[in-house]
Amino acid sequence: MKPYLRAGERRRIELTVNGRRRVGYAEPRTLLCDFLRHELQLYGVHVGCEHGVCGACTILMQGRAVRSCTQYAVQAEGADITTVEGLAEGATLNALQRAFTRNHALQCGYCTPGILMSATQFLAQNPNPTEAEVRDMLSGHICRCTGYASIVKAVLEAAGAAAEKGV
Amino acid sequence: MKPVPFDYYRPGTLAEAADVLAALREDAAVLAGGLSLGPMLNLRLARPRAIVDITRIPGADGIEVRGGTVTTGALLTQADALASPEIAREVPLLRLALPWLGHFQTRNRGTVGGSVAHADPSAEIPLCLVTLDGTVVLRSRRRERRIAAREFFVGALATARAPDELVVALEWPRAPADAGHAFEEVAQRRGDFAIAAAACRVRLTPDGRIAEAAVGIGGVEPRPICVDTRPLLDCPAGNADAIADFAALTVKSLAPMEDHVARAEYRRALAQALIARVLKTAIASARKHSEGGG
Repeated sequence: MKPYLRAGERRRIELTVNGRRRVGYAEPRTLLCDFLRHELQLYGVHVGCEHGVCGACTILMQGRAVRSCTQYAVQAEGADITTVEGLAEGATLNALQRAFTRNHALQCGYCTPGILMSATQFLAQNPNPTEAEVRDMLSGHICRCTGYASIVKAVLEAAGAAAEKGV
Repeated sequence: MKPVPFDYYRPGTLAEAADVLAALREDAAVLAGGLSLGPMLNLRLARPRAIVDITRIPGADGIEVRGGTVTTGALLTQADALASPEIAREVPLLRLALPWLGHFQTRNRGTVGGSVAHADPSAEIPLCLVTLDGTVVLRSRRRERRIAAREFFVGALATARAPDELVVALEWPRAPADAGHAFEEVAQRRGDFAIAAAACRVRLTPDGRIAEAAVGIGGVEPRPICVDTRPLLDCPAGNADAIADFAALTVKSLAPMEDHVARAEYRRALAQALIARVLKTAIASARKHSEGGG
């Protein structure tokens, strides 16, 4: 069996990102996070530890929150990906993002895109979480500014707002 | 850092994957969820000439209950295992252990087979498989073979897998309806690697004595181990002193690892506390089953 893609060779990668078909080029070792940033100019995908620990690079893949630093662009051929750029409706931040703003749930903003993507899947699966469940979800992210309290508050507020609207 | 350049293989079947491994052997690394191999590649602790991506092989992520065995495909994600009613009912120990494993973002992609193939000393899935006396199913171009988990793990990141073999499934004994289970671990922060972990399954006699007990310890020695539980047999399940004595006696014979996180004596102390704790919790859970009439 021959390699699908040889070391150093670049291949055209086609996938869906934020609802649009996108195309870029990658060699086998191109990390998915680097591909999203450098080929597709999605700079909201932040790269932190590069070993799956800090959570900054978290994206949604087929609706699931996953690290994009421990997989390769070539693996994502045909995938359906959402990055933080896909959350706002035009120029209007979505309810979760607005809750982050209102509650000062970010300072430097490095960890924020990843946390927003995790919280998006988390709230879709669990629309009425307890504080303990929110903290468990956040254990997959590292934030060095906020001390997490304001992030917990924002996620709970977004959940409450969605519940009131009956969404 | 970024990985060294590698050839990328994308087999469409297990047979094709086995062919690639037969040709490349030690030069190839098998990539599933990438939660263990990915970091090792980025840190250049692993520098394989080729990556064999098995994530697109169909049908290798199932859960099958047949006879006394639950078979989980190697590509079953940890998140899907955690959400599975079959796992909750038939392998309750695994269900109890999975929330301790990493974070929901890593369980979304990490696989049960990958965790076993990687064989981190503190990993939860290997510990459960050893405690329950489960089996690892390996496949190569030559043959398919089954090996007891208690023989599969041979050391830190070291297993009995040959370079041309692929972990294709895990076999878990179905839990008896009256068994009680418990899983506990201590880590520096939620989701980190366990400094020590313990898993337990017990069954009681009708008059409340210990009929069967399996206790496994992870993160303490370089591989998950089962401790000798014979001293516990026939002991009244409510006898807290007997359990405390058993835990104290058991950890004397352990040879704990020492690293920047914990000294050997701290690991031994944790193991002692965790053994007593899982036994107590598993016994309480077994009692609930017998009171519930099954």
